[in-house]
Amino acid sequence: MSYEISRNIVRNELVGKIEELSGQNVFDCYQCGTCSAGCPVVEYMDIMPNQVMRLAQFGATEDLINSKTIWICSACLQCSTRCPKGIEVAKVMEALRSINLRKRVGTLDPNKIETEDLKDLPPIALVGAFRKLTG
Amino acid sequence: MKRIGVFICHCGINIKGTIDVEKLTEELAEYPGVAYIENYIFMCSEPGQKLIRDTIVEHKLDGVVVAACSPTLHETTFQDALDEMNINRHQLEIANIREQCSWVHDDIEEATRKANLIIKTAVEKLKLNESLIPISAPLTKRVLIIGGGIAGIQAALDIADGGYEVILVEKEPSIGGHMIQLSETFPTLDCSQCIMTPKMVAVNKHKNIKLFANSEVESIEGFVGNFKVNIKRKPQYVDPDKCTICDDCTPVCPVVVPSEYDEGMSWRKAIYIPFPQSIPATFTIDTENCLGFNPIACTKCSDACEPDAIDYDKKPEYFEEEIGAVIVATGFDLYPVENMAEYGYGKYPDVLDGLQFERILSATGPTGGEMHRPSDGKVPKEIVFIQCSGSRDPERHLPYCSRICCMYTIKHAKLYKHKVHDGQPYIFYIDIRSGGKRYEEFVQQAVSEDGIVYFRGKVARIYKEADKMIVHGIDTLTSKKIEIKADMVVLAMGIKPNNSAEKVISNLKLNTDENGFLIEAHPKLRPVESLQSGFYLAGTAQGPKDIPDTVSQASAAAAKVLALLSNDEISHSPIVAIVNEELCSGCGICVSTCPYGARELDEIKKIATVNDVLCEGCGACISVCPSSAAQQKNLTDEQILNMVKIYSYL
Repeated sequence: MSYEISRNIVRNELVGKIEELSGQNVFDCYQCGTCSAGCPVVEYMDIMPNQVMRLAQFGATEDLINSKTIWICSACLQCSTRCPKGIEVAKVMEALRSINLRKRVGTLDPNKIETEDLKDLPPIALVGAFRKLTG
Repeated sequence: MKRIGVFICHCGINIKGTIDVEKLTEELAEYPGVAYIENYIFMCSEPGQKLIRDTIVEHKLDGVVVAACSPTLHETTFQDALDEMNINRHQLEIANIREQCSWVHDDIEEATRKANLIIKTAVEKLKLNESLIPISAPLTKRVLIIGGGIAGIQAALDIADGGYEVILVEKEPSIGGHMIQLSETFPTLDCSQCIMTPKMVAVNKHKNIKLFANSEVESIEGFVGNFKVNIKRKPQYVDPDKCTICDDCTPVCPVVVPSEYDEGMSWRKAIYIPFPQSIPATFTIDTENCLGFNPIACTKCSDACEPDAIDYDKKPEYFEEEIGAVIVATGFDLYPVENMAEYGYGKYPDVLDGLQFERILSATGPTGGEMHRPSDGKVPKEIVFIQCSGSRDPERHLPYCSRICCMYTIKHAKLYKHKVHDGQPYIFYIDIRSGGKRYEEFVQQAVSEDGIVYFRGKVARIYKEADKMIVHGIDTLTSKKIEIKADMVVLAMGIKPNNSAEKVISNLKLNTDENGFLIEAHPKLRPVESLQSGFYLAGTAQGPKDIPDTVSQASAAAAKVLALLSNDEISHSPIVAIVNEELCSGCGICVSTCPYGARELDEIKKIATVNDVLCEGCGACISVCPSSAAQQKNLTDEQILNMVKIYSYL
């Protein structure tokens, strides 16, 4: 299946939101892959950090919002520290998490989380969820 | 008998690693004629040369054999060492035991045996070498430059400023070449015309530059320092002295043809001035399309011309000029875009090549610098650029990288975005090559600031749906197949040597590579000289390059020419053919064989003669002479036989 692309997709509202929340220009990225090479949890991700930047350049935001990657990211800032173009990739991840959390879909009762699930859930997902969905 | 010294070089381990130099020294010490033999780690080093100089005095040597690398590298070094000791430089022979022995063998014993024979042949040749002095010839201090693009213009100005006369020949009615067609130039975005027209005006006004526009070089005869060039000036049919450039002629001309300057995207008349800043600023009649050559058919422009400057009966004019050196700056053409049928060129009017897009961007172009597509004048909102169109495709198109397309494409995308703020440029690329000064910064800034989307991959096909061109490609970075509904597609065509220069280059017998680019004398150390003495290279005729490189190379060629012209006379190698008048029967085979025109028949004596300054010592006449009357200095039949005898003892 071809991925159809146009100026409305490249510059869609969500890309604007990502750039606004993260303060980063996604077009700064030239796909060297330093972020993915150094990421300590990259092997658990479905999309690598450099691909996150790449898909943002295409406006393929659906893929990003629904990715596991943004929840696997532990915000260790390795990528931001190492990026040769000075992009704070971790802030882009945080922006993507925020976009999801701002939807405020459902509420979360910490007491009702199964112990089995707690074992599997990435800590950042829990922290994010507590921050937004327990109020 | 000559007292010959043999000096064997180790060249570090380049020679010593494969050849037993100690054994060699021992074996050759007793060879007849060898008065002294020595080996040393680097003969070309100053201590190595000192060893030769000191030994010449100490052992009263009158000939030297250096067994080392190819004579193309250090023959001059050692000849100079002999000069210093007042021994004629032709009493030196190089025995090449590196390229022709140690580098191509690995059996030490066999390689040592071969080196032994190579050195013996050099000794045998040297025994009969004569002492020779260089032949000198006069030097004409004028220069011919072929091609009036930025390379030819820059070289012409540099040489003319140096005080020497320049003949600049341009085949088109105006100088300027391709650069004058460009809109803005990377990476600084200077307007091309703004930076080029001052140089064009300077050429026109310079007292040392004689400009032949609308002219072609028919032939060049002679040798370095003493060429004669025949120039054909095609008729313009408009007398430049009478023409006032009032432009009363073009409105009445009934013939309309596509404009070359606008790459076929606008129209011009059969009487025209190529572009507003043309140099020389004169109208020209296009012979192929004008109806006026049939007086019954049309005389409209002539009727309208108040100063009576038009003469349909003008004939080509021929000029002969004497010159000392030639700079070839014949430039490039785009790779034929017709070959890119897979991208829809020719089928869809909104698929353009790079130069056509330059014209659309240019303030003097068909749209006055506004962004409109050719088919319906709509402003393109989605625009696709395809890099490596024709380049880096050894199977079907050009095998090489054309070097300028990455940069002109990002410039195109940036300039497009400056004109259409809500438009989106996409660039399909294989690699981005931005190696010039400030080029990488230019690319990255354009991407970051203007949001230009690069796709790493090629386009598979383009087809039309309604008024859009559907572009199917791939992004190998994400493995996504990409589909874009484009309003316009620009093919970043590669470049090849100028089509119309082919004839002149083959007439001049200049060497070209498999792609038709002129070959330099050495790819690193003599990049602006041709192997043909007296010919220099500048610009894209030698290989793809951008404007900064072209201008640098043109100035470098000019510096080489200025160095040549600063001599009072030309010095020519004395290794030339000679004729034994007793033996020569005047059959003339040598005359027809000589590739340099150095052989002639003396009608009175009925024998063949040699013009020393034209002879390049190639030996062709010697090998064809049926009576052995032709001999080469320091490579006589006797010498060759003595050298061959070494091998007959095997």
